[in-house]
Amino acid sequence: MSGMIGNDPTPREAEGRYLLDVAELSKRFPLGRRRLFGKAAPAMVHAVDDVSFTLARGETLGLVGESGCGKSTLVRLIARLTDPTTGSIRFGNRELSALPAKAFARDPDRARIQIVFQDAGESINPRFTAADAIADPLRQLRGLGGDALREKVEEAATLCGLPLALLDRFPHQLSGGQRARVGIARAIGPRPDLLVLDEPTAALDVSVQVTILQLLVRLRETLGISYVFVSHDLNVVRLLCDRVVVMYLGRIVETGPARAVFDAPLHPYTRGLVAAVPRLDGLRADALRLAGDPRSPIDPDPDACRFHGRCPIGTGRCGAEMPKLRRFDGGREAACHYVEAA
Amino acid sequence: MTTVLDVTDFSVEFRTRSGTVKALDRVAFRIGRGETMALVGESGSGKSVTAYALLGLLDAAGRITGGRASLEGVELTTASPAALAAIRGRRAAMIFQNPRAALNPIRPIGQQIADVVRRHAGLSRRDATSRAVEMLREVGIPDPVRRAGAYPFELSGGMCQRVMIAIAVATRPALLIADEPTTGLDVTTQAVVMDIMAKLAGETGMATLLITHDLALAAERSGRIAVMHAGHIVEEAATRALLAAPRHPYTRRLLAATPTAAGDLAELRSIPGNLPDLRRADLPPCRFAARCPQHLEACEAPMVWRDIAPAHRIACWNPA
Repeated sequence: MSGMIGNDPTPREAEGRYLLDVAELSKRFPLGRRRLFGKAAPAMVHAVDDVSFTLARGETLGLVGESGCGKSTLVRLIARLTDPTTGSIRFGNRELSALPAKAFARDPDRARIQIVFQDAGESINPRFTAADAIADPLRQLRGLGGDALREKVEEAATLCGLPLALLDRFPHQLSGGQRARVGIARAIGPRPDLLVLDEPTAALDVSVQVTILQLLVRLRETLGISYVFVSHDLNVVRLLCDRVVVMYLGRIVETGPARAVFDAPLHPYTRGLVAAVPRLDGLRADALRLAGDPRSPIDPDPDACRFHGRCPIGTGRCGAEMPKLRRFDGGREAACHYVEAA
Repeated sequence: MTTVLDVTDFSVEFRTRSGTVKALDRVAFRIGRGETMALVGESGSGKSVTAYALLGLLDAAGRITGGRASLEGVELTTASPAALAAIRGRRAAMIFQNPRAALNPIRPIGQQIADVVRRHAGLSRRDATSRAVEMLREVGIPDPVRRAGAYPFELSGGMCQRVMIAIAVATRPALLIADEPTTGLDVTTQAVVMDIMAKLAGETGMATLLITHDLALAAERSGRIAVMHAGHIVEEAATRALLAAPRHPYTRRLLAATPTAAGDLAELRSIPGNLPDLRRADLPPCRFAARCPQHLEACEAPMVWRDIAPAHRIACWNPA
């Protein structure tokens, strides 16, 4: 089977060190509210604000943060399903940010970036059998048909541990774990270089979650795919990811090796997030609570830390000077004026 | 400790076109005043059915086929629909997984809280409104007077769940059933919502049945845990004791599949097999038998619940 495995379209040597290099990426959505006196610029939701990170080949990057922090918008930007307002997305040695999402849909590189959506039960067409669901992107993106298509469908199913006997079933005839496998098989069928996983195990029982996580590790090793893994479950992110990006209200507040970040967070927001995760041993590191809700993402003060007001440290400086991401030992970065003080 | 809810040999079946589903089989547990008991297990294990059946909320296909359940001495299994309706909301309240779906989308939240206290506590419209504001303050919603006029879509998921809690506890019930109350909420919000529930239970002596698939949440938030598998409670003990020394093979497998803040993916083990088909006429006495690594011939004997240690109950012939 090894002869069929691998990504043929672009030789690796021809591309840079990073598979994905995102720089100063922003996405703002205008609010359709009409102002009283006509022409004033509409208010803007700053969904993703000045985000930069890189993803090396074969690396798995975790993306965490509360709902509304811009994870999903960032994921849609990376997958080129939506267009950025400003900034750059370099994929391999190609700049993708200027290419409209609609044009990218017909681009040969479309097959190289694929997404696994959150709940496969909801994201697979209920009128498609498992085989149809897996075949669709292969037909659309790789132009396959007939025996070649069937062969590729069966290969993807086998790679994902989906028994071929289940290929004729509809989503409602499959269990949660089997549906998750269909969602993954559909995404890896066109042999992407980058797979974006949006909470792939959120709807699953722990026992099934283990098998899916182990499948993802196996696929990463066999196919050499890079992952961007979005999850609200920090323990799962820690298990699967090499590095992690913590977002708060559209901005990156901390990044670094996943274990280091979760074991000893630098940013007060990350500390609050980690402290809120229930532990099986029932022992909390501390009873730190992040009370309140995030501030509004509509036209936020460009000179104030987004976490100011909810932050247990928060001083006058935090309200007057936006902290920049600063480098720390061990390949870590955090955007807080008071990392050293904590 | 005064027992608030006492459930014995509680069985529930659903009649479907493809056969009778034996959803609950001789479920038994007690919850005392101020106590929080967690009911944990995988999806399909019967956790929610237990809650719905206790409150008389089963749909037409379901019926209680045996056992007793008494709430503050009142028998629920034989109560008339009218009697149950009077108990629900007044002495026993329930909150659900998706608070936004449980709230009425076209009425202000303050009115929805007021409805409950008007019906069950017989307050006047004016008193009910001020009680609603008071409840919003109690569940930590800032600016409660103004927020009472807000609609569910104007509030975050965490806020909606706090409103649900306010509705549930407004009549000071003896029992709160929380069915996956924080699933779908951020961990930070989850911590705050669980804190509020714990505070209210502490202040009012309310007993809480916490239904969750998250063992870590149960570990942190309950005094006792009952583990459910395929309609059986397979193990029940004080939370600390259960986690320190789980005895039922299913409990052990469940823990071995749960990611922790330390450890590797390679150390996690999935549970082999699936839940048995509960429509089968020849269900084995132990419904975990087909998945169990410690299965013996003795396991074919009828299932008996026994104490394996003080206050540590188990349904297994060959425990670890």
